[in-house]
Parts: sequence; C-alpha cells; structure tokens
Amino acid sequence: MYNFFFHEVPEHLPFLLQGALVTIELSLISMALGMVLGFCVAVGRMAASRLVRWPLDAVVEVVRDTPLIVQLLLIYFALPEIGIVLNAFWAGIAGLTLNLAAYLSEVFRAAILAVDSGQRQAAVSLGMSRIAVYRRVIIPQAALASLPTLGGYFIALLKDCSLVSFISVNELLRHATIVISDTFDSMNTYIMVAIIYFIMSFASARVIRYIELRLTPSDRRQTISVPLTMDKEGAR
Amino acid sequence: MTGQSGEHRAESAPILTIRGLHKVFRGNPILKGVDLSLREGEIACLIGSSGAGKSTILRCINFLERPDAGEITVFGTPLCWQAGECVQIAPERTVQAARARMPMVFQHFNLFSHRTVMENVMEGQVVVLRRSKAEARARARDCLARVGLLDRSDFYPRQLSGGQQQRVAIARALAMSPSLILFDEPTSALDPELVQGVQSVIRDLSAEGMSMLIVTHEMRFVRSIAQTVHFCEGGRIAESAPVSEIFGSDAHERIRAFMEVTHG
Repeated sequence: MYNFFFHEVPEHLPFLLQGALVTIELSLISMALGMVLGFCVAVGRMAASRLVRWPLDAVVEVVRDTPLIVQLLLIYFALPEIGIVLNAFWAGIAGLTLNLAAYLSEVFRAAILAVDSGQRQAAVSLGMSRIAVYRRVIIPQAALASLPTLGGYFIALLKDCSLVSFISVNELLRHATIVISDTFDSMNTYIMVAIIYFIMSFASARVIRYIELRLTPSDRRQTISVPLTMDKEGAR
Repeated sequence: MTGQSGEHRAESAPILTIRGLHKVFRGNPILKGVDLSLREGEIACLIGSSGAGKSTILRCINFLERPDAGEITVFGTPLCWQAGECVQIAPERTVQAARARMPMVFQHFNLFSHRTVMENVMEGQVVVLRRSKAEARARARDCLARVGLLDRSDFYPRQLSGGQQQRVAIARALAMSPSLILFDEPTSALDPELVQGVQSVIRDLSAEGMSMLIVTHEMRFVRSIAQTVHFCEGGRIAESAPVSEIFGSDAHERIRAFMEVTHG
C-alpha cells in the first residue's frame, strides 16, 4: 500500500501555496486585461470599416486556431529575436491575455448584439451620444448576459495558467515539479496540486455566482436558481 | 371633442419643416420626396397603409434613419440639407441636441429593461440634459404622476402590462421637457383593452398644448385628437388637410377608399 501524505508533503505546502498565489495573480491580471482587450476587439469587429474588421477577424482566427502553449513559446522564446523581450511572467500574461481576448471578443460580440435594438434606438432618440448608449444601455445588459460565460472562461484560464510553467514561470505546477525533484514523491505532490486547483476553481465559481446574483435586477432574481426571500427584496 | 381644443391657437412658426425627403432601403425607394411641416402646438397624424413610409418619415426626422436626400429643419436648426447632389448632415452634436427636444415613443415601448420605471424616466434627464439626480427624480415623479404610474416607480418594465409600459415610455419622453413628441404607432402593439389608457394620456398632453406628430392606424383616435392629417401613399404625402376635411364628405377619394378599408 502506498504511503499517502507522509510528512514531507505538508512541509512543502507553503512552497506550493506560493506557486498558487502566482497562479492567482496570473489569472486575475490576464482576466482583467483580456476583458478590456476582448471588448475593444469585439467593438472593432462590429465597426463599419473593413479596414478595421478584417485584420481583427484574422488575428482572432489565428489565435483561436493555434495551441496556447505554442503561442506562449513563441512569445517567450521567439519574440526576443525580433527585439521584444518579456520576462517569463509577463510573457505568460501576454499569451494568456491574447488567447482570452480572442475568445472573449466572440462572447462580448454576441452579448452586445443580443441587447434589444429597440432599447438602443430609444437611447439614441433621447439624444444620447454613441458612447453614452454603450455605457448606459448596452454594456450593463451585455455584461450581465455574458457573466456566466465569463465565469466559465475564468475557471478555464485558472487551469490554463499551468501551461506557463513551460516557460519557467514559478506558478503552482512549476513549484510542484520543483518539490518532486527534491522529494521524488509525485503521487502526493500532484494530488496536493489537484486539490489546490480544485479549491481555487470551486471558490471562483462561487464568487462569480455571487457577483452574477448581485448584478441581476431584483425582478429577475427568481430565474436564477438560488433561493431568495422575495418579500424581503420587495420591501426594500 | 378634445380635437377642437387646439384650434384656438393662432398660426405660429413651423417647428418642423421637411422638404423633398428621400430614403432608399437596399435599392427600394421608400420615401420619394416627402414635404411636411408642423407648427408649434400642432397635433398632426400620419396615416396611410402599411409600407407607405409613415414610420420611416418619423425615423428620418430624428435620424434613426439617415435620409438620402432632402431637407429637415427642426426648431430653426437645419439637420440636413441638400448640397448639390449630396445630402449634408449636421454635426452629431447638433443632431443629438435636436433629438433630446423631440423624443420618440415607439410601437414596442423600448423601455430600458435593466432599469426601474423611475430610472427609465430619469435616464435621459441625467445623461443627456445633465440634470442632477434630485432634479431628475422630482421631474420623473411629476411625469409618472401625469401618466398615472407613480405607484409603479420601483417596478421593472417586464413587471408591467403593455399599456403601462407605453405610459412609462410617454413619461420618459415627457421628462425631457420636449418641444415635440414623435409617436410611432403607440397603440399598435397593445391589447384592445389597454389602448384607451394610452390614448387618454396622449389626449391629456394635447390639451396642454404639446406639439405631437403621431403615426397611427386608429382612425377614431385621429378624429378625436388631430388638427392636421397627412395621408401617406407610395412614399409621398398624398394629402395634407385639417382633420375636419379628412373626415368630412368632401374628403379626397383616395383617403375615403383608405378609410373604408381600415374601418373594415
């Protein structure tokens, strides 16, 4: 019988958690940048001018049709040859952000197009500027519509961060391999890593759910399957 | 009836003038030279069969659709004009300012579904007119009271009936302190029993001297509210006349034919 959890692994736990912290940093920064970039790309891809649309379409297609790991290797190892040098951490951020933005641009585009065009017209007919229409009417509704999908992408991103261990970013998985090279205990270490990933993903899912609930107008909350005392809500 | 209430008002300068308005959709000419004007305080109805271009006229006036040719002047400000072959359109800011003075009420209400009734009526005031929240709320309260929905302030649009939603939409337009309100078939999407409520709100506005341009199919409503009737046919205004003439015995033959059809 294999000896699970003998004393050495808990000893390395703080080191693994340090890696997990980097994983969280990577995910949060990439998510924030990816959302901003993804939104800009989504708006750009709906632009009237083909000069704007076509190059963006092409980039999104290339990013989506090549593996993330290849993109990361290109950014970290190949870009320096044309003079763009990023350290491992920021190369990882760049790859993850680019990848996420490509996917999110699709999500945002669908969500923006799904906003009732009548409401857009109503906003325009009140004299709102194009930016105000986006800020006041389209984005709040599109954001709410894309939130569940966004949550899914965040959790995928959290796990995709393990790929940046290949370009020597000291995140959770890389710390695990360092521990193993020291202890030769791959079983316990990897189980520990899996548990840490699970906890991070599960917690994120809960947090996202909470945000989703908070942002939903009170009249629609009952459609989300979390019990809410409607009478209390109504009284406020 | 109420329709006569406006007639004591003297002839005043037009607040809206349209000349030679053309609009083409994918090669199909929809408007083929529309001429129309509206005086301050005037209530005009646009009637005509579906596809005659009534709604398109309205949508061109506030530039939800871009005219392909012609001139539109509102409140003394040209919004588009003919420069040789091309149509010149006023700067975006000018168009936006004009829109704020002539908000539109839509067939399908188009309330902001993520905002409460109160927020819907405050939105344009705060974002476009830059009123303070307190000021906007006070004005919104006033407008909601006028359409009889003050007690629904905290509801979301989907919690209201169609008729209530349309009344909120009217309050939203009214809150802009408009010089003119454009109505695009305001009761067409409503259940028959809800039509009255909306029409009576519009009638109340007419009694207060609000200028209105109304696209509608409801002939009885036209008769009770309009001062002027414009009959659209084939992308033009085929006939413009005071309401008494339109419904009188000497009405244009084409209008009479149209009336017979719409009245079944």
